[in-house]
Amino acid sequence: MKTATLLIRTPEGIVFSQVLAGPVTRCLAWIVDLACISVVLSFLRLFVKLFLLISPSFGAALELIGYFVISIGYGIFCEWSWRGQTVGKRVLRLRVVDAEGLRLQFNQIVTRNLLRFVDLMPVCYFVGGVVCWFSGKGQRLGDIAANTIVIRQPRLATPDLDQLLAHKYNSLQLHPHLAARLRQRVSPAEAATALQALVRRDDFEAVARVELFGELARHFRGKVDFPAEATEGITDEQYIRNVVGVVYRTRAER
Amino acid sequence: MIIDLQRFLANERACWAELEGLLDRLEADPDVKMSLEQVRYFHQLYERTSADLAKITTFSSEPETRRYLESLVARAYGEIHETRERRRGFSLAEWLFKDLPRTFRRHVRAFWLSLAITVAGCLFGGLAIDLDPDAKTVLIPFNQFGLVEDPNQRVAEEENATTDRLAGERTEFSTALMTNNVHVSILAMALGMTYGVGTIVLLFYNGVILGAISVDYIHAGQTVFLLGWLLPHGSVEIPSIVIAGQCGMVLAGALIGWGKRVTLAGRLRAVSRDLVTLIFGVALMLVWAGFIEAFLSQYHEPVIPYAVKIAFGLTELALLTFYFAKCGRTPKAAGEAPS
Repeated sequence: MKTATLLIRTPEGIVFSQVLAGPVTRCLAWIVDLACISVVLSFLRLFVKLFLLISPSFGAALELIGYFVISIGYGIFCEWSWRGQTVGKRVLRLRVVDAEGLRLQFNQIVTRNLLRFVDLMPVCYFVGGVVCWFSGKGQRLGDIAANTIVIRQPRLATPDLDQLLAHKYNSLQLHPHLAARLRQRVSPAEAATALQALVRRDDFEAVARVELFGELARHFRGKVDFPAEATEGITDEQYIRNVVGVVYRTRAER
Repeated sequence: MIIDLQRFLANERACWAELEGLLDRLEADPDVKMSLEQVRYFHQLYERTSADLAKITTFSSEPETRRYLESLVARAYGEIHETRERRRGFSLAEWLFKDLPRTFRRHVRAFWLSLAITVAGCLFGGLAIDLDPDAKTVLIPFNQFGLVEDPNQRVAEEENATTDRLAGERTEFSTALMTNNVHVSILAMALGMTYGVGTIVLLFYNGVILGAISVDYIHAGQTVFLLGWLLPHGSVEIPSIVIAGQCGMVLAGALIGWGKRVTLAGRLRAVSRDLVTLIFGVALMLVWAGFIEAFLSQYHEPVIPYAVKIAFGLTELALLTFYFAKCGRTPKAAGEAPS
């Protein structure tokens, strides 16, 4: 069964997840890496031209060995230097990590890069792509041998709720028993959706924003029926702001 | 149930930042050594952050904090639960005179298997040429060095040559040999992922070519030329290809895992470092072989007497055998039991 997330349970009983990179994203990263290798090889050819003037044989040998070393060593060097990332993987925010969450070792990096020879067969990662598609962890043969996976690392932002949860009047807080019920009934995903809507409010067009908060307000009004004096005269957006205030309220406000 | 996120963040952020700083330091410099107190504190930070992750996963909150904590816990988990030996600094001498020969001996059965397949290929190739000399063009699809031509004609041409046909091209030729052989060796190892089938085919075919050429030259009465031509580089090149096959067999053995209760990941993890050690050893041997082939093997009598070339090749073989059999051996060498 193919899953997009790999869950790792630590001996302490904590579960953390790694978002697996799909074949398409990996293919895009590979294309970027190919471009990088081509650029490096172009520089090598320019450099070799100097030697061709002195000794054609030495120049040709240098080009041959340079091509060989760069094409094999690029992945090994980048992934070791950048802890599991190449230029392509950096651009696409991918990273090679140990499949069991342990520290990535040099021999794992070498193994997965050398086994690329089989994954590339017969052309354009056909074997690797097919294996990756059917593998539960999205692993190509090199990843299976090296016990590695490629994960996606979305940008991590430090949470800052100061702007959203400023100490403003919140009409819903006047009914503590209903506020507690609301906290109980709102799921983590719902709470996160409301919070994200507020965080990104300026990204929306005015009409779209009104529609979005209208829909969210309808949804949250259905959770708990607050008295009319608590909800009358406030906009849908303010209602959501109050809901988020209740859900993420500070201890001082309680 | 909802947690007081703002206070939670304010209270715990310092702990996370400290753990993050420690992890950055550990990841930047693998040689960092922590005192027992520091290790205990590191573990304490990890446990606290893990507990925070557990809380934040259970209670409602925005996903960014959870992802951030997951990333911290994942990094710390890798550092704390890693039991594989961490190499502190790399010593080429230690790797060359201890690690490589010991690793070879640890998987010596895979080497014998790889050698047996190559020898079987040699016998098949030799027998095929013996029974049907016309099969030469089928068995040897390339005509480098005039291999498909009559051996007597080639020997006459080589021995009577007045010009150096590799003049000005030796370095390029040597490099081409090295890169091609390293490529084949990596392939022999990598094909172990086909449960060894690909490795077996490659080794057998290599053996067929070697056997066919050898019998062809022996039939033509050019045994001395053959030994003088092949031994200087072949005494290193052929064993290195067999060792690459050994890598493929080790990989296939880990995949199949007969009679082992360890999981597939565990078996592959166990052989991973050995494979890399062996394949780097093979690459080193092939660089030497490529150099010798371009600068010595292609020169025959009267330029270099055959006796000298044969003696050189046999000396190399004896040294190589000694190296892999005896180097790095201690009275009670640990971890050398054949796999």
